[in-house]
Amino acid sequence: MSAKLNALNSDSYTDVSQYRDQHFKGNRYDQEKLLKQSNTLYVGNLSFYTTEEQVHELFSKSGDVKRIIIGLDKVKKTACGFCFVEYYMRGDAEHAMRFVNGTRLDDRIIRTDWDAGFKEGRQHGRGKSGGQVRDEYRQDYDPARGGYGKLASQIPAAEQRNTF
Amino acid sequence: MSRRRHSDENDGSQAHKRRRTSEPIEIEDRLESLICRVGEKSTSSLESNLEGLAGVLEADLPNYKNKILRILCSVARLLPEKLTVYTTLVGLLNARNYNFGGEFVEAMIRQLKETLKNNLYNEAVYLIRFLSDLVNCHVIAAPSMVAMFENFISVTQEEDVPQVRSDWFVYVVLSSLPWVGKELYEKKDVEMDRLLSQVEGYLKRRVKTHVPMLQVWTAEKPHPQEEYLDCLWSQIQKLKKDRWQERHILRPYIAFDSVLCEALQHNLPPFTPPGHMPDAQYPMPQVVFRMFDYTDAPEGPVMPGSHSVERFVIEENLHCIIKTHWKERKSCAAQLLSYPGKNKIPLNYHIVEVIFGELFQLPAPPHLDVMYTTLLIELCKLQPGSLPQVLAQATEMMYMRLDTMNTTCIDRLINWFSHHLSNFQFRWSWDDWSDCLAVDLDKPKPKFVKEVLEKSMRLSYHQRMVDIVPPTFSALIPAEPIFIYKYMAESASSLPGYPVSITVGNAIKNRASNEEIMSILKDVPNPNQEDDDDEGETFNPLKIDVFLQTLLHLAAKSFSHSFSALAKFHEILKALTESDEGKLHMLKVVYEAWRNHPQMIAVLVDKMIRTQIVDCAAVANWLFSQDMAHEFTRLFIWEILHSTIRKMNKHVQKIQVELEEAKDKLEKQQHKRQKDSGDEEDMEKNSEDEDGQLEEQIDRLQEKVESAQSEQKNLFLVIFQRFIMLLTEHLVRCETGSVDISTAWYKSCIERLQEIFLMHHVTIHQYMGTLENLLFTAELDPHILAVYQQFCALQL
Repeated sequence: MSAKLNALNSDSYTDVSQYRDQHFKGNRYDQEKLLKQSNTLYVGNLSFYTTEEQVHELFSKSGDVKRIIIGLDKVKKTACGFCFVEYYMRGDAEHAMRFVNGTRLDDRIIRTDWDAGFKEGRQHGRGKSGGQVRDEYRQDYDPARGGYGKLASQIPAAEQRNTF
Repeated sequence: MSRRRHSDENDGSQAHKRRRTSEPIEIEDRLESLICRVGEKSTSSLESNLEGLAGVLEADLPNYKNKILRILCSVARLLPEKLTVYTTLVGLLNARNYNFGGEFVEAMIRQLKETLKNNLYNEAVYLIRFLSDLVNCHVIAAPSMVAMFENFISVTQEEDVPQVRSDWFVYVVLSSLPWVGKELYEKKDVEMDRLLSQVEGYLKRRVKTHVPMLQVWTAEKPHPQEEYLDCLWSQIQKLKKDRWQERHILRPYIAFDSVLCEALQHNLPPFTPPGHMPDAQYPMPQVVFRMFDYTDAPEGPVMPGSHSVERFVIEENLHCIIKTHWKERKSCAAQLLSYPGKNKIPLNYHIVEVIFGELFQLPAPPHLDVMYTTLLIELCKLQPGSLPQVLAQATEMMYMRLDTMNTTCIDRLINWFSHHLSNFQFRWSWDDWSDCLAVDLDKPKPKFVKEVLEKSMRLSYHQRMVDIVPPTFSALIPAEPIFIYKYMAESASSLPGYPVSITVGNAIKNRASNEEIMSILKDVPNPNQEDDDDEGETFNPLKIDVFLQTLLHLAAKSFSHSFSALAKFHEILKALTESDEGKLHMLKVVYEAWRNHPQMIAVLVDKMIRTQIVDCAAVANWLFSQDMAHEFTRLFIWEILHSTIRKMNKHVQKIQVELEEAKDKLEKQQHKRQKDSGDEEDMEKNSEDEDGQLEEQIDRLQEKVESAQSEQKNLFLVIFQRFIMLLTEHLVRCETGSVDISTAWYKSCIERLQEIFLMHHVTIHQYMGTLENLLFTAELDPHILAVYQQFCALQL
């Protein structure tokens, strides 16, 4: 029986991205293996106001969700714009990568990526101020993510135009 | 996010592959790529690309013949939308190398036999269509093709075979005729006429009980929802009347006619259709989905009529494109929009119709529902000036026809529309639908809007719903999803459970142990105490009420909080719900407390089943109980029920898999021991122990499987029994009152019964015997029995 054709088997939406968690405990090989078997997705670019309920509703469209862990500001313990979604079956997570990634939640295009698996502590932002790293450095004004980035909001307005 | 298919760094396996092997894999990839992508992204014409490729492949034949054969056979099976491109290629190769042509035909026949053996009937259709188009390319002699078709049609004379079997053979022949009808008629018109008249006879005597169950709309206007073979027959008859003139199909081989007609043809070997096997799974019959006609596309090319063969071919090709590219929505959208011949048809309308046709297909869409939502969004991105308007037009049309739309399909429409809106800031011309405000809220239109707003709220938040609809729509806005804590309501202090609710609430807040809490709960009076027989713990509904209301109230902040609460007090909850009444009451309390937040109810019920606080039958009984009758037609009820059935099914499957694995393990172990026999006695004794352990495990798993299957059967019996009771009650009441049975509720209920059959047909099939003997007997009201009969007709 003729086998599948590689040329027709493209499933690029479920590919692993270039991002690697720098805090991952283990070597690159382990990390790759876990990513390829994972049932867990990292979800980014959420509004700070997006709730677990909203995430559950959206991500349930690709299969049964086992649990959701909302990312929290390490200091404030409030949502800081990311979460983990764990499915019972990897196939359902793959469907989310194909059909939920890159669509909108709370009017924002969200981004999903494979995650090696939730471990206690990973629900906290790793930025110096307690939120996500990206919110430390971004220059734009995003009302759903606390306004200006931390760095940008610290520079007096008159000088902002001269930076970078 | 990287869209690249082959990431070079860090991808251990890929680099591994590259180091180990070198040329063969790369050549194979190159050949595959050349063949699969012929004509794509080229400035030259398709014909000249094909000519070039034929030259390359001919040169490669001495070294890579088998690979080329394999690739061509695969594209025949997997790229049916490019059928004529590849038949042309094969035609050119055959003209240059007669032997290769012969070998290709043989390989195709082998592949055809394999696909039929493996129940891959949809792929077999593409293979046969490919073979028939090879007649147009002078690769296969027309008379031998006619002979194959004659053998196929003779299946209609077989006795005691499922109708779906002979259906398939008829379908295969008819659906190839748009491509090859003209040529076959020119060469063998007498035989073809005989063939078609046999088909006509078959179609006349065919049973069509299944049709009502598969129709998206029950109304005949504006477009009849036709049975698929009937529709195809009408299309072929029209084609025949038009003397087989077919102008839509792209036929690259025409440009090569002078070369191809010099080629020698091959005869297809006589092909006897494989006999019917009991485990054969023929495709289910279908109803053709139509929502547009030529009056709907305001300007531009005219839409081919419903009985034109062009319509058939376009729809087939669009379905095939989706089937090939569904995993990659950008490619899928691009491929759909670059459909060859698109300038002569209102392509956007065809695409939208085909997509909704799949989304609404009964029993189930060919792909995941959410795929269609994101595909439509991609299409809107690529055609922002035209597609959104067609989509809006389609939505409007479907709204107008909700009265006769199948309930299951309405659900899918609700889910699609709310998800779609959430990607476009919920912008919609709600005022256009203000007619829904003029009728009762239980009528289809206001019901639809209500459910859409409820689903939209789940993806956003309550205030958003208030903001997006006109004030006149306020009655349709869902309730704010807040917890209703009865022990904090006005005059709660007079409730019998009030004192304990305070105590237990404080105990929970102060992290009291389970024992302490249990002893606090002992103080809850039991309203059932009168008829108690004093033996141990009896079912105390108030105890459940006080504890659960208080616990859920404290945990109401989020799903996670509630899940933690259920986990933390699992022991107590299990103790309280030991009896069936306990389980039922627990569900009742959850509903009462969270009735404004159906999403929360659903996730809590899910958790309670998974942690075995309640069982599936309890959930079914609760949903059908009198207390829930007023919610019976709401979408969330059915989402919970179907989710419950699915969990039950997955549970059974899981244990079955464990059992199979254990059996395999034992077999392997025994095998191994046989091979190694002659070892010392110690080893043998150990392995016998191992065997014994495994056998014990297998016995236990066997018991588990049987008990799970029994639970599963019981679940379906409960559900069907409840349906029968409800429907019979309604029918009897209407009869005695001389009232028309066809209320909105009745339509909804009977279609929900159909839905159970359709959504879980694979599982239900195992229990047909029991269902027929116990429930769906001849004594049943014919309206209800009809559903069962329609269901049976799907498989016959």
